[in-house]
Amino acid sequence: MAHPALAQAFVDNRERAQWHDKALWFVREKRDRMASSVPEWELLRETASNIKRHTQSRMAEYLEQFEANATKNGIVVHWAADAHEHNEIVLSILKRHSVKRLVKSKSMLTEECHLNPFLEEHGIDVVDTDLGERIVQLRKETPSHIVLPAIHIRKEEVGECFHEHLGTEKGASDPNYLTEAARNHLRERFCRADAGLTGVNFAIAETGGIVICTNEGNADLGVGLPKIHIACMGMEKLLPRAKDLSVFLRLLARSATGQPVTTYSSHFHGPQPGCEMHVVIVDNGRSEILKSPEFRRSLDCIRCGACMNTCPVYRRSGGHSYEATVPGPIGSILTPLQTPEKHNSLPFACTLCGSCTDVCPVKIDLHQQLFTLRELLDNKRLIGTSKKLSMKVVSGVMSRTWLFNLLGGIARTSLRFMPRFLIYNPLNAWGKQRDLPDAPKQSFRQQYAERQKQKGGGKS
Amino acid sequence: MIAKAPKSSRETILGKIRAALPQSAPLPELDATGPWQTFEDREARFSEVLKFVGGQTVHVKTVAEADAHLRTLEPWARGKVRCTMVPGLGDTTFDLKAINDPHQLENVDYAVLRGHFCVAENGAIWVTDDTVHHRVLYFIPQHISLVVPASQIVNNMHEAYARIKIGEHRFAGFISGPSKTADIEQSLVIGAHGARSLTVYLVDEL
Ligand code: SF4
Repeated sequence: MAHPALAQAFVDNRERAQWHDKALWFVREKRDRMASSVPEWELLRETASNIKRHTQSRMAEYLEQFEANATKNGIVVHWAADAHEHNEIVLSILKRHSVKRLVKSKSMLTEECHLNPFLEEHGIDVVDTDLGERIVQLRKETPSHIVLPAIHIRKEEVGECFHEHLGTEKGASDPNYLTEAARNHLRERFCRADAGLTGVNFAIAETGGIVICTNEGNADLGVGLPKIHIACMGMEKLLPRAKDLSVFLRLLARSATGQPVTTYSSHFHGPQPGCEMHVVIVDNGRSEILKSPEFRRSLDCIRCGACMNTCPVYRRSGGHSYEATVPGPIGSILTPLQTPEKHNSLPFACTLCGSCTDVCPVKIDLHQQLFTLRELLDNKRLIGTSKKLSMKVVSGVMSRTWLFNLLGGIARTSLRFMPRFLIYNPLNAWGKQRDLPDAPKQSFRQQYAERQKQKGGGKS
Repeated sequence: MIAKAPKSSRETILGKIRAALPQSAPLPELDATGPWQTFEDREARFSEVLKFVGGQTVHVKTVAEADAHLRTLEPWARGKVRCTMVPGLGDTTFDLKAINDPHQLENVDYAVLRGHFCVAENGAIWVTDDTVHHRVLYFIPQHISLVVPASQIVNNMHEAYARIKIGEHRFAGFISGPSKTADIEQSLVIGAHGARSLTVYLVDEL
């Protein structure tokens, strides 16, 4: 189904849709407060973007360096060309150790590879341990947000789900009570697990280690008890130097949830004595995207979710309407690049307001890429020819910059001056259920340019 | 020796990346002294942020003072299974050295552990695995205290990374506050999987 039809289903539940919208806007505001309390915020974004750009330009070298150093640390490094190979590698490690029970912490990559159903088919009991992911798993759903997996579910529904699966009191919906029940249930799973699997937030070439960030502490409990730790990473998680982490850790949690830093930022550089640690490096289409000058920067994503929280379409249509592992603005780029036929409606689930680009901590030009992608899909140049993606040389986003600026300008003006009936007419799917936020009088770009002017010049 | 995945995927992936190689771009210089946020009163900032994320800071002169304070904490007094990595601060109710499987730490109610330094900007404390028998001690107890020399507070993460050698410990990390989640309707709940409370002792004479 295309995005508009699925979004319609979400919007039909008015009360839920409004709550969803508000809850995410609240997270966006927390992010804003955090960002504005750091005077050098823009410099951090710029630096992060430049580190990523450099890393991409020497990706092969840094991957080799990471592999060599990780191996020295006693970590076993594996390479997977696609999802299938990734799943086979994980299964073979688990089989070798006769693992029956696996605990997992959040990893969008393993969602992308559909690891859980694969392992379950092979008789392995897989438990997602992030609270939101556990709720989603018990309800046999997929996450609707990359940082807040259960943001589409109301507490009463969590109560029902826990009543059925964990034996909590019927009708209970207090988040404290429900979280306590999940804590006890999952503690038991942690203690019984034969292996722990995690994602990777950052991998450091220089030191051959990985960093995992959580608030719950589930990754650390999951890998601290069993003898086997498997960490799965997309190859783009790489950073050249340990000190690059200072920039990214300052940006990640502030952008994601408006926290100064995640509760736990754990650095792993080898197995515990008598244990094993594996890292699986996955391509699964990433090297294709790397070839494309228009889209390669989408690989810089650190999965903070800020572009989702701010997106007027995402907030009003819910993550599941994208039918993608990664929804929202960044997902509307990454997913159609991998499966254009199935996901050709996603780049159109966008108002080109540019808010995603403004909040992205690594400065991915999200709305420009979405615009470019629309054109490719419109001309059917992508559909059915995903393999040719890299060879396509579109005259370049640069030549169309004026168009973006113009379109952005129109959107901002029209939001401020258009009468309500125009914005909220039946043809405008996004105005359907509630007022749009006030549009800024100036785009970020204009504001920035002006501020620079006032400062007496200087390059942006 | 563990058998590795076939080399072929490795070569394929690296080959594809090499073929795609984007134009080179310089690696930004990163300096600990750069134009980064600093604080006149680092300790005040640290305590404020730690409070914001659900922890508490207690500044004491001596370990004995910290010990006296710890004994007034309800989770410590109530805890039956306790341990400490700081002699004179709290007590250990079981034979830590005899523990060879981290699962045996499952029932620890309170642990007093060492932290190396604090970061003012975000309320984080740097911990490493060489000061504990099992790294899971940072995560599995119901409550923890981290004990840090009061003089050891850096301004920001850049200063933090300038003073640590990443890779020298198999496990190390920043801890900022007790474990938490907001996965049910964005309501903040303290005590998700890890510690339910974090008390940081800043000690002058440590
Ligand atoms: S694209 Fe940017 S804002 Fe969106 S999730 Fe990735 S890093 Fe965050």
